[in-house]
Amino acid sequence: MTKKHTPIERAGITSRQLILILITAMALVPGYLMVTGSLKTQEEFLNSPWSLPMNPNFQGYAAAWNDQFPTWFKNTLFVTLSAVLITIALAATAAWGFANWKWRGRDTFLGVLISLMVVPPVVLLIPLFTLGAQLGWISTFRMLILVYIGLMLPFSIYLLTNFFRAIPVSLIEAAKIDGASDFRAFRSVVLPLSGPPLITLTIVNLLWVWNELLLALVFLQSDEKKSLMVGITGFQSRYSLSIPTIMAGMTIATLPLVIIYIFGQRHFIAGLTAGSTKGE
Amino acid sequence: MIKTAPTEYRFTAPRNLGAVFGRIRTSGPFLWILPAGLCVLFVFGYSVFDLVQQSFKYQGDWVGFENFSLVLTDPLFRTAITHNFLLLFTVPILAVMSFSCAVLLFETRKGMKFYRSAVFLPYILPIPVIGVVFGQLLQLNGALNSALRAMGFESLALDWLGDPSQALWTMSGIIIWKEVGFGTILILARLISIPLETMEAARIDGAGFFRLHLKVTLPQLRAVILFYIINESIVMVSWVFNYVYVMTNGQGGPGNATVVSELYIYRSAFQNNAPELAATAALLLLLATLVFIIGFFRIQRNMSKGVFDD
Repeated sequence: MTKKHTPIERAGITSRQLILILITAMALVPGYLMVTGSLKTQEEFLNSPWSLPMNPNFQGYAAAWNDQFPTWFKNTLFVTLSAVLITIALAATAAWGFANWKWRGRDTFLGVLISLMVVPPVVLLIPLFTLGAQLGWISTFRMLILVYIGLMLPFSIYLLTNFFRAIPVSLIEAAKIDGASDFRAFRSVVLPLSGPPLITLTIVNLLWVWNELLLALVFLQSDEKKSLMVGITGFQSRYSLSIPTIMAGMTIATLPLVIIYIFGQRHFIAGLTAGSTKGE
Repeated sequence: MIKTAPTEYRFTAPRNLGAVFGRIRTSGPFLWILPAGLCVLFVFGYSVFDLVQQSFKYQGDWVGFENFSLVLTDPLFRTAITHNFLLLFTVPILAVMSFSCAVLLFETRKGMKFYRSAVFLPYILPIPVIGVVFGQLLQLNGALNSALRAMGFESLALDWLGDPSQALWTMSGIIIWKEVGFGTILILARLISIPLETMEAARIDGAGFFRLHLKVTLPQLRAVILFYIINESIVMVSWVFNYVYVMTNGQGGPGNATVVSELYIYRSAFQNNAPELAATAALLLLLATLVFIIGFFRIQRNMSKGVFDD
């Protein structure tokens, strides 16, 4: 568009641009301190926290990684991948059960499910911990994975049900006329169409499990079972004399997320906004 | 809206057990829902059931409402819920900031994608990382204060985390820093989907930037902003454990300046060995959250009614 702006308009545009730059700077400052801090020496960080690292060194990374970091990383990777994959499988089949058949009480059921999305995990913590202790499942991955799956299912089922319902019924009918069972229709018609929501769901859930602290703290207590988030929370007091090591640890823990974020931003935003739209 | 007519499924009285299984295997939705349903039932259903039970018992014996009176008269619990209540004040700030950010992004053509990614970045960062980095940033002689002193604002260089009267507000600031990106993305997504005609019409009528967005844009975003407000209210009441735990080494310090209800539950259960008090507090917290959920559904219903009245 080639519109001429009056001076007042132009001043408005410039000031808006400046405000945005300021907001962006504020959003990025902690990340800047973290990454630059990880490349400095302790002295350098204390004397001039804001400067760029003059002689970048990777000792912080070496120190951080030499700790139990690889173990924590592996633990988190295992828990995250298993919990997310199982959740997606269970949510997809359940959503098909909600979308393909009409049965009495279905909408009530879905309504209850949606409201479960906001139940805070801390409410479930005590009973699940008591049960886990009775079963001897504390410090096992299976308990934590099971709890994560349960917590992720409401949103996952809700999102997929909405998507499945929007698939034109004629497609499914056509498959059925060709003699496909409900399972066949699901596998060969519905799933191939559901790439985008499945990716969205995977990314949203991945980030959630990766970042979860409270449940991991309670359910994974032994040292060799700790998750990454629990590990780095204790990192601070252990390395209080070496800030670069702390910052390096934080950078390593954040890196996978930032990579997922950069490549999956679109899907992630789609997932977040899906929660706010009414089931249509 | 594409309407799909789902296959009608009627559950008729079975003649024998074999028929039941046969029907379920071939055509029912139940088998599809069963695995997920069991999992949800276990994690939520069992927990809430057991929680109610535990909160009325002490070491296996039924004690009526004794736990409730213990928790409700515990000064620490009162302090904790007061703090949750104070944190609710961040919600209107978040709503205003998110709306403003979304409008700014919407009006910017150059570099919009970059700004958007940057504003949203804090929301995806793990809270332990945020806690640790801000912990360093906000030390008495940390990066922020040294920058403030260098610029001559000596009096603004506060003891952000160490001063009990300051700590909760510092915490609120960090929560705002992280959560504002979520609101911005949410509101921006809705803003983009608004038909441009109304805005263009208002612009042609001579509405300036502020009038346009306050009088024309804002009313159309009512639903999504309300959703965000309810969502953040629930966060402030029952999802702030991570911030407090990480920033204060699990203590809610300095003193009890940042103890919140979740930390009270955690400490009762795992540090003070009083799981029955933890269960009772958790039940109270669940009831408090329920109020928000019900409020949410009512608002949503009323709003859709309003749409049809017009």
